Amino acid sequence: MSTTSPSSRLGALLMAPVNALMRVVDIPLRGLQKSTGIGGMAAFFLAPNMLIFGIFVLLPLFINIVYSATGGTAFFLSERSFVGTEQYQRLFTCTNYLDPMSCQEDAFWTAVGNTFWFVVLQVALMILVSLITALILNRDLIGRSFWRAVFFFPVLLSPVVVGLIWKWILQRQGLLNFILYEIGNVTPYTWLTDRNWTFIATIGVSIWAHMGLYTLILLAGLQAIPKDLYEAAEMDGTKPARVFWRITLPLLAPNLLVVVVLALIKAVQIFDEVYVLTGGGPGTSTLYLTQYIYETGFASALRNPGLAAAASILMGLVLVVLTLMQLGLGRKNENKGKR
Amino acid sequence: MGAAARFILRRKGGKGWHWTDIVTWVWLIGGLIIMFGPAVWLAFSSFKTPAALNEFPPSILPYVTAQATVQGYDKPLQLFEAKMPDGSTKVLAEVRRIGLVAQMVDPTTPGEIIKVNMNDRTPVRSVSFATENYTEPFTQFDFLRYLWNSVFVTVVATLITLIVNSMAAFALSKYEFTGRNLAMFVILATLMVPLSVIMVPLYSIISTLGMFNSLWGVILPTVATPTGVFILRQYMLTIPDELIDAARMDKASEWQIYWRIVLPLTAPALAVLAIFSVVWRWNDFLWPLIVLSRRELYTLQVGLSIYSGELNVQWHFILAMTVVTMIPVVLVFIFLQRFITTGIAGTGLK
Repeated sequence: MSTTSPSSRLGALLMAPVNALMRVVDIPLRGLQKSTGIGGMAAFFLAPNMLIFGIFVLLPLFINIVYSATGGTAFFLSERSFVGTEQYQRLFTCTNYLDPMSCQEDAFWTAVGNTFWFVVLQVALMILVSLITALILNRDLIGRSFWRAVFFFPVLLSPVVVGLIWKWILQRQGLLNFILYEIGNVTPYTWLTDRNWTFIATIGVSIWAHMGLYTLILLAGLQAIPKDLYEAAEMDGTKPARVFWRITLPLLAPNLLVVVVLALIKAVQIFDEVYVLTGGGPGTSTLYLTQYIYETGFASALRNPGLAAAASILMGLVLVVLTLMQLGLGRKNENKGKR
Repeated sequence: MGAAARFILRRKGGKGWHWTDIVTWVWLIGGLIIMFGPAVWLAFSSFKTPAALNEFPPSILPYVTAQATVQGYDKPLQLFEAKMPDGSTKVLAEVRRIGLVAQMVDPTTPGEIIKVNMNDRTPVRSVSFATENYTEPFTQFDFLRYLWNSVFVTVVATLITLIVNSMAAFALSKYEFTGRNLAMFVILATLMVPLSVIMVPLYSIISTLGMFNSLWGVILPTVATPTGVFILRQYMLTIPDELIDAARMDKASEWQIYWRIVLPLTAPALAVLAIFSVVWRWNDFLWPLIVLSRRELYTLQVGLSIYSGELNVQWHFILAMTVVTMIPVVLVFIFLQRFITTGIAGTGLK
């Protein structure tokens, strides 16, 4: 360790109190080590993470089941009465299963329907756009890392900021109306009060915000395809379209599947940016599942934590299926890599 | 110019332009505009006065209409450049407008009213940045408070994440013990337990622990990130065990091995996790929204969403606050983007 450069000297100065603290911490820990032995210290290192993890992730998972079997508006378990499967029955009481409005919890089924169409359209369009972008970035480009960064930029923005940026653009005096006015003299329109447009807007905005992540993963997949395959194809005079269908797509398929499942998992949970952009409205046109759970559990005057818990368990089951698919896919890829 | 254009437009192997090249550049330039345009537009807008924000069609740069106080009128009047009947132009102040005719006065001779057709006058405007959009929220709202809350949550949560996750990763990579695989499996399985599935019971746990309406209630549930444990463990596995054995020979305690040997060697992975964690915690929204109900505890994200949802949205403040909220993330993007992109491409996690 040299202490010649000023930055490392500053670092040493800053670390001095921390190191002193660590020496003090070491004294009781040596005592602990004496009683547990070297192997026993593993439990000590694992403990804080597992404790926090247990209290704030595992415990809630189990309590959720208890919650969904109890009723009332109280949050403390001791004040809640056992109601069995009543919450689930309430969610599933419908006179006509194809019409959400005929259900007792019409908001839940509206949210389920909205989320379903959102997930299907958003994931399909986003993967398509990401794939095209990744293919373009995989070309022989000048400044590839710059262009890669361009598409990645919105991924880092907070969902609230994303929501506000687009709320501002879709305003009556916003940029979109301005552009339409300049191009075709279209009269300004209030996009965010139109049921059909808000739904499309939430899809577009979430694609804008997340496509960079999937582009990145797909690009990594594309770059892992051996170059000699392409060289061989070129020597044989294979047409580019055929190269894409016969080499690129089959070799990218495992990556593509993982990315699709990852995007599905994220899309099912859509909340933040939509909440800021449309607040679920107008009406219930952009009410998605997470917002339904949030409002049923906390926000509305008629809050019902048990019902929210039941709904969140149903959503969790969907996510478990998707996650198992992802783990399965991951394993298959690993095996392929080993061969 | 010619050389630069040739450099940019040159093709590998000196081949001519193909239609796919055109598609590529249209896509890239279009992407550049669509990805950055909205944020840039927001940043420009944040310097406009409320009056300028209400204009349609909007201007790109923030303009302010010049005003002048004219003798005999209480309020300052807006200045216009008016075309006079004799063809000359004159700077006049508008008193009022009736239909298509504006009643104006010459600031130098306030007594006499001049009638000018609406279409013959253009406002005198100059570019001016409404910096009060940035300074007033500090006094009007608890903006500084929100900023501090966000910084506190981000820094503390990141520090705890780094310590707790690296300790767990150390145990999971450098010790053999029964249940190690089980612990790893549990951590990986819950990688996909999202907040939306456990928010109701998590809220009750937080309340039971007395952390409702406390920044600790925001911080603690987020710090044991499975992603962090995973990234750090993968990295620590590459540290040779011989180093640790040698240290044990020299009577180093396990804590010293962790602190003096393993952590410094894990620095690159820790840096990646730190960057991730800062972005995650800075951007967190749903959980702080649930835990924090008192205004003085809001983080920036919660404060922004609450104020932007109010009936009379004061957009000039909201826009400025949004820009401030964006700054740390933009800095991360400019300086540390490379770490993040390689981190994601390597692990497929975010």
